[in-house]
Amino acid sequence: MSGRWRALLRSGGFLTGVLIIVFWTACALFGRLVAPFDPFADDILSALRPPSAAHWFGTDQLGRDVLSRVMVGSRDVLTVAPLATGLGLVLGVLLGLLAGYFRGVVDELISRTIDAVLALPLVIIALLALTAIGPSTATVILVVGVIFAPLIARTVRAAVLSERDLDYVAAARLRNESTLWILFSEILPNVAPPILVEATVRLGYAVFAVATLSFIGFGIQPPSPDWGLAVSESYGLINGGIWWPALFNTLAISSLVIAVNLAADGIHRALNA
Amino acid sequence: MGVGALIARRAALAVATLWLLSVLVFAAGQLLPGDVGRAILGPLADARSVANLDHQLGLDRPLAVRYWDWVSHFVAGDMSRSYAYRAPVAPFIVSALAASVKLGAVAFVLTVPVSLAAGVWAALHAGRAADRVITVIGTWAASLPEFATGIVLILVFGVWLKVLPVSAVWPAGAGIATQLYHLVLPSLPLTLVLFGYLARMMRAGTLEALAADYTRTAVLKGLTPRVVLWRHVLRNALLPAITVTATQTGYLLGGLVVVETLFRYPGIGSLIYAAARDKDFPMLEAGVLTVGVIFIVTGLLADLLYALLNPRIRLGASA
Repeated sequence: MSGRWRALLRSGGFLTGVLIIVFWTACALFGRLVAPFDPFADDILSALRPPSAAHWFGTDQLGRDVLSRVMVGSRDVLTVAPLATGLGLVLGVLLGLLAGYFRGVVDELISRTIDAVLALPLVIIALLALTAIGPSTATVILVVGVIFAPLIARTVRAAVLSERDLDYVAAARLRNESTLWILFSEILPNVAPPILVEATVRLGYAVFAVATLSFIGFGIQPPSPDWGLAVSESYGLINGGIWWPALFNTLAISSLVIAVNLAADGIHRALNA
Repeated sequence: MGVGALIARRAALAVATLWLLSVLVFAAGQLLPGDVGRAILGPLADARSVANLDHQLGLDRPLAVRYWDWVSHFVAGDMSRSYAYRAPVAPFIVSALAASVKLGAVAFVLTVPVSLAAGVWAALHAGRAADRVITVIGTWAASLPEFATGIVLILVFGVWLKVLPVSAVWPAGAGIATQLYHLVLPSLPLTLVLFGYLARMMRAGTLEALAADYTRTAVLKGLTPRVVLWRHVLRNALLPAITVTATQTGYLLGGLVVVETLFRYPGIGSLIYAAARDKDFPMLEAGVLTVGVIFIVTGLLADLLYALLNPRIRLGASA
């Protein structure tokens, strides 16, 4: 195991990904202290100024400094995406353990519901749910987490299926251990590696999904400096030649998505090596 | 199990999934919002007008009745009336779907040959520079949100180079060439995502086929490399790629919401988006369910195609 983690630390892709994530996390935490301007201060008289020595990334339609907003724009997505992934992980592991261990009717019921949820693209089912309960930071976490649950459950179920008939499970049953004990103390630790891989991959999708939902106006709400939201507020200006608010926020969100994927890919390789 | 039984079982599963999907969509559209009349009229409307609207929309009936009414009409092609347009939903869905199919078809035609070729090329040069470049582009392209790639593409090709029109809407009465010209830029973000998945699957499939015993046999019995590649390697490598292509159709439908919004293209994606924005639940439910039906049906077709193309399943049936 330690050899695998050492290989992970030598992998350039993984390290690059982690570095970018650490950079944006630091920006989320301390960005306001180092930002050249107040990210929330309107200055309507200097709205939509192109990049200059004073405003490196220009100003947006309310005259706010784009650089300062990009620096703190990771705050919401870096809270919402991990929380949604965590929620999906808890629900998914629970469903997957039950479906894989009990088989039969329980499995059939859970698996068919999973198929039905998976029959819709994530963005569309999230759009439906968020329209119904109203978009907010909390509901985005809830909806993305609940949609992730079946996806994670599918992976966990497959892993449990290959474990449930092994001798150590039979031994635990003969020792008269409770089903809960067998599920969580015997099987769960043995299916941890695929769950870890799934969780990191899911985190990448969560960033993607939250950014996309914010872009279509059903994710993080104004006046947050969130990148997806900022792109949604400014992409209509591109045709008029005002490219800076949309472009810099697009590049920021792209760097985060790629970073999470690089890190997830590294972990995937390390665990499957 | 014979092919007939296999198809019957697969079709039965698809029907069960469809039914569950309809329950989920109905629950999301009808139960989650709580009081639909209140949601439409807003917090300031008085209780009597809310009750009145609920009655007009048939929302004061028992849930089971409402579900049956909704689903039986949907199956008959009559998808209830839009709250926003006060008109039947079905014609909107049909014309939006036709527009989306056009956009999706352009994306597919651009993607499939290029990604299959890139996947095979990467596998034949595994570990070398060409392989690494294709793999890295594929991974990045598949992981970036469509709105991000879309905005960069609009900026580069539409605004700075001015070689492609940024609007997906062509002038009325435009010929097919003009229409295609306008569809290139909107289809590119979808193309990039599809390229990532498809090239990766094709590469993996080709590598697997190259390492298989039947390929070694073919080489050892003296077939030319060209025949080995086309008859033995590619035929087998294409199977998983076909399945992925079909799964990605569903993905494409999700991407359409973003791309059609970004390019203001009047397809099913922007219809669903507009319905969500206006809280037009009948339109939203019909649109979402339509997308689900398309996804499930393409999944079913892909499995059938796979069964027909895979000699292990096809011949296993008659044996």
